Amino acid sequence: MSERFLHVDPTMCVGHGLCWEILPELIGVDDWGYPLLPEGPIPREYRRRAARARAACPALALRLDGIRPRQRTRVEP
Amino acid sequence: MPLTVARPWSRSLDRPQGGLGALRLLAGPRRGGPEPWAEHCDRLGGPIGTEIRRRSPLSVIEDVRQAGLTGRGGGAFPTATKLAALARAGRRTAVIANGTETEPASAKDSVLLRLRPHLILDGLEAAAKVVQASALAVVVPTELERRILVSALTERSGPSALDVTEVVVASRAFVAGEETSVVNWLDGRAATPRLQPPRLSARGWGNLPTLVQNVETLAHLGLVARFGPRWFRTAGTGAEPGTMLVTVSGAAERTGVYEVPLGVPLGAILAAAAGDPSARFALIGGYSGAWLRLPEAASAPMSRAGLRPHAGAPGAGVVHLLEPGACGLAEGHLVVEWMARQSAGQCGPCVHGLYAIAKTMGTLARPGSSGPNDLELISRWCGQVEGRGACRHPDGVVNFVRSTLRTFGEEVDRHLRGRCSATRSGALPLARGQFSRALP
Repeated sequence: MSERFLHVDPTMCVGHGLCWEILPELIGVDDWGYPLLPEGPIPREYRRRAARARAACPALALRLDGIRPRQRTRVEP
Repeated sequence: MPLTVARPWSRSLDRPQGGLGALRLLAGPRRGGPEPWAEHCDRLGGPIGTEIRRRSPLSVIEDVRQAGLTGRGGGAFPTATKLAALARAGRRTAVIANGTETEPASAKDSVLLRLRPHLILDGLEAAAKVVQASALAVVVPTELERRILVSALTERSGPSALDVTEVVVASRAFVAGEETSVVNWLDGRAATPRLQPPRLSARGWGNLPTLVQNVETLAHLGLVARFGPRWFRTAGTGAEPGTMLVTVSGAAERTGVYEVPLGVPLGAILAAAAGDPSARFALIGGYSGAWLRLPEAASAPMSRAGLRPHAGAPGAGVVHLLEPGACGLAEGHLVVEWMARQSAGQCGPCVHGLYAIAKTMGTLARPGSSGPNDLELISRWCGQVEGRGACRHPDGVVNFVRSTLRTFGEEVDRHLRGRCSATRSGALPLARGQFSRALP
């Protein structure tokens, strides 16, 4: 399977914190309780839990897809 | 190009201050008020519609690419790339002329809208033709510009009549000028940014693929469509061609809007505006920009390449001279506090992070009130906020905070020892009619 990346829509995330409870090895938390996601691809052994974290988000703010985060945050088309 | 300094006119926003070298956007009548359609056509050789109709969309895009035109709203993104993305859409599209101009120290979009509405509408017409737009809108800063644009639209006739469905006064929040905010505003929602993708070139205003271009960019685009890329490249540098509008404010006798070729030395702009020669610091690029030291940086060219060594960028062309004797740290804190309050309130790291940074900068700004870890805390929070908003607002504030702490490093040390060098207050513009005034 191709590389997978975790993304958060910061306008939807309110910092429930379920994602970093499920995947603390990869997901950090900032001083206000919002998740710090890995910029690189999710290693194979964490993919299952990354999918669980995405599904567990009560705000539906997480996405798991094949787009590198840097491409996503570029402002223009 | 010889640096002939055009004679400045009035201080008023309704008249241009002139420029350095050949004027393009501010060429024409030197009186105030919008240039009428007939005069505009006489001066530029007829209505643009007759020129544009003969051309294929792709040839216009190719001209824009060769001209090297980039966005003048601050992003400096290649205009041809945006046009091409829309032209590929293969269906009806929308074009929005963005004159929101929420940067408090910038007045150039307002000046252009008031003086040369038809240059902007020419560009809108060219862009609309190229991307086969079925919906056009102009977003303006205030009711005055709205009236000017509405009346300019009624003047245009024949091939240059434009079916602009909306001329809208923008929302006044700082983030309201961001392109997704503008689309949300036109769609009847709050003027707050949204995360891309979906890109506006895929889904924008009324769900149409949408092109949002700054009004100055459109004005240049219209001139490129008329006179071609070779003409466009006769001003500016090879890598960054053309002219740009800059707004000079602060410690200068002739503050206002100037047109300058890209790459002109910062010192030449300050000289044209009769900047206070004893001023030691200039803020370039606005409130996501950087402070430059004077006179050391006076030779720095006003271009991305020229300002990069100073960790700055021309942005939307803001040049603010800090009043000699004002404390850059204290004034900078007031700007950061204002910018923190300009958060749209959507993204947690921006809401909480900018608030924390502004509050801690406040303790630094008050001599002797700061804790021992304040600098480390600010640096930590800057790292945690950067890149974590749906838009670039937090990134811009972080850039400004880092530049302020770096540039006024000596002042920071002085404040930590309980002293401040200020002998007077500064005057960085905030909301309309409000200024930072950190009392010494």
